[in-house]
Amino acid sequence: MNRLQQLFRDKKDICSVYFTAGYPNIDDTLPVLKALEDAGTDLVELGMPFSDPLADGPTIQASSEQALENGMSIKRLFEQIKDMRQTISMPVVLMGYFNPVFKYGIENFIAKCKEVGVDGLILPDLPFDEYREKYLELFEEAGIANIFLITPQTSDERIKLIDANSNGFIYVVSSASVTGAKKEVEQGQINYFNRVNNIGLQSPRLIGFGISNRSTFKTACQHASGAIIGSAFVKLIGEHGAEGSKIEEFIKSIK
Amino acid sequence: MNKSLLANEVMPNAEGFFGKYGGRFVPPMLEPIMQEITEAYEKIKDDPVFKEELYYLQKHYTGRPSPVFHAKNLSDKLGGAQIYLKREDLNHTGAHKINHCLGEALLAKKMGKAKIIAESGAGQHGVALATAAALVGLECDIHMGEVDIYKEHPNVVRMRILGANVIPATHGLKTLKEAVDSAFEAYLTDPVNQLYAIGSVVGPHPFPMMVRDFQAVIGREAKEQFQEMTGKLPDNLVACVGGGSNAIGLFTAFLDDADVNIYGVEPAGTSFETGDHAATLKLGKPGMIHGFKCYLLQNEQGEPAPVNTVASGLDYPGVGPQHSYLKDIERVNYETINDKEAIDAFMKLARQEGIIPALESSHAVAYALKLAAKLPKDQTILVNLSGRGDKDIDYVVEKFGKEYGIEE
Repeated sequence: MNRLQQLFRDKKDICSVYFTAGYPNIDDTLPVLKALEDAGTDLVELGMPFSDPLADGPTIQASSEQALENGMSIKRLFEQIKDMRQTISMPVVLMGYFNPVFKYGIENFIAKCKEVGVDGLILPDLPFDEYREKYLELFEEAGIANIFLITPQTSDERIKLIDANSNGFIYVVSSASVTGAKKEVEQGQINYFNRVNNIGLQSPRLIGFGISNRSTFKTACQHASGAIIGSAFVKLIGEHGAEGSKIEEFIKSIK
Repeated sequence: MNKSLLANEVMPNAEGFFGKYGGRFVPPMLEPIMQEITEAYEKIKDDPVFKEELYYLQKHYTGRPSPVFHAKNLSDKLGGAQIYLKREDLNHTGAHKINHCLGEALLAKKMGKAKIIAESGAGQHGVALATAAALVGLECDIHMGEVDIYKEHPNVVRMRILGANVIPATHGLKTLKEAVDSAFEAYLTDPVNQLYAIGSVVGPHPFPMMVRDFQAVIGREAKEQFQEMTGKLPDNLVACVGGGSNAIGLFTAFLDDADVNIYGVEPAGTSFETGDHAATLKLGKPGMIHGFKCYLLQNEQGEPAPVNTVASGLDYPGVGPQHSYLKDIERVNYETINDKEAIDAFMKLARQEGIIPALESSHAVAYALKLAAKLPKDQTILVNLSGRGDKDIDYVVEKFGKEYGIEE
């Protein structure tokens, strides 16, 4: 049983955090990771910065730009986390866009993930069919989970197909667009979470996008195994860097 | 050269791939939106009512067919092949971009969208889209790099007069790539009421296919006109390539004519050092940008590389997926022209034929001049003069006026 499977078997209300590697300073990656583990975070999505992000909001986009300016790269990231398994026991998944990984070489990338103890990968712009045709075997042989995103627009049929080909968890994007009357969107979101839960999926789910505080976290936890906090945490480290006490305070305020 | 018969192949396939290029490399938030556009387009493209409506506008609004002109002075002076110009610069709004903008605006209207949004480099696409939006009755937002807003000021003013909002992209190099980022970001905030009318044969499926289909009118007309004028097909075609919409528009009707040599011309800028050019097909490597796979100028980390040319409309680190494919099968030769050669062609065409070409189109003219000089007099070259140069005059005079005896 791998770290991800163990986590989803043993825990509920999983508190997962996204942050951009190499931000705010290039070598903050490991200290932030360590502080998150010490603060009781259950799972981390570690963002690989890219200058051409099609789906990120302004906060994460700005953090990516800063990280790239700091000189961040995939190569540097693997150097930073090469010994992370000496101190970090929670599962860590990498999240980023496809082109830098493609350029690095997917075989090499997967091998490197396995070597340093990365548990999974989220590549939002890698089409599911492309993955299934070309890369699924590679991921499975290495035991690296490929994590797919679903949105309110994803059909039940598609969700089932993704479920059948997932071995980590499914990332449930809480809304496809950010506009619309709030009350309506909230009810719409809950209908969507219920729809997903009623399909009878084998893969656990985490809800992300728009989770920023205890109230949104707890609501999300009622409809999935846990939730992912992104922008709110990136904003925090943007202000305070890898400062352990601030990170601890933040995680305690959510859980 | 392998001139395989392309008419027998369906391009692209159902997933939007031209060989290994194209496709739809987008986050799942965008995927259903792209599918919606694909289905809507597939439904109306052969609808007689839609075709009639578009044909009517092309004829009575744009002024199609645009003429083919034999540039005798230019040809005689060189003493080589005969140069002909397909005058897309004479279209309403002054460039080929109106061809697909009218199509996209009609599509948006039929899909019940209230607003049409897009990026623009030189501002040609922005002006054409703002025009089509005004005509069809849609709101219009144009995203443009801050640098280009300054450089292409007359077009920015035109867009504003036409009622469009011009939204500056202020990150990175503040040019075309950033404008695309900014437009995608705005699009995702409200995909239900907006349609993203991408400005070239780039982006996720169906855009490379749809924009090509709307632009293919250029080649269909030119083929007939050229045969009427000369009794045969042109020996050579030349068009400039940034994203590649005017080029694919001219080339499509000729791809199966194995005796027609086809040249696409990319900007070599000031040198082949990274950041000084936008010669994507010459120096790029396959990669993904803005939701599709193509040749891409990128650094070792897979980040899109900075690009630069005098022609803002060619300033893009990616290129249309069908061009990427046509390069690989060697049906089209992709060549380069640098800033200096383009400016020189700009002045030559102005002074010898009385036609001021856009700096983008000047790249095609410059390559045609080189090619013509090497060929005998009975050979012909058909150049796509994709746009007029009014938008570029201040910039050219400011930067290069002195060399041509123009003092301000």
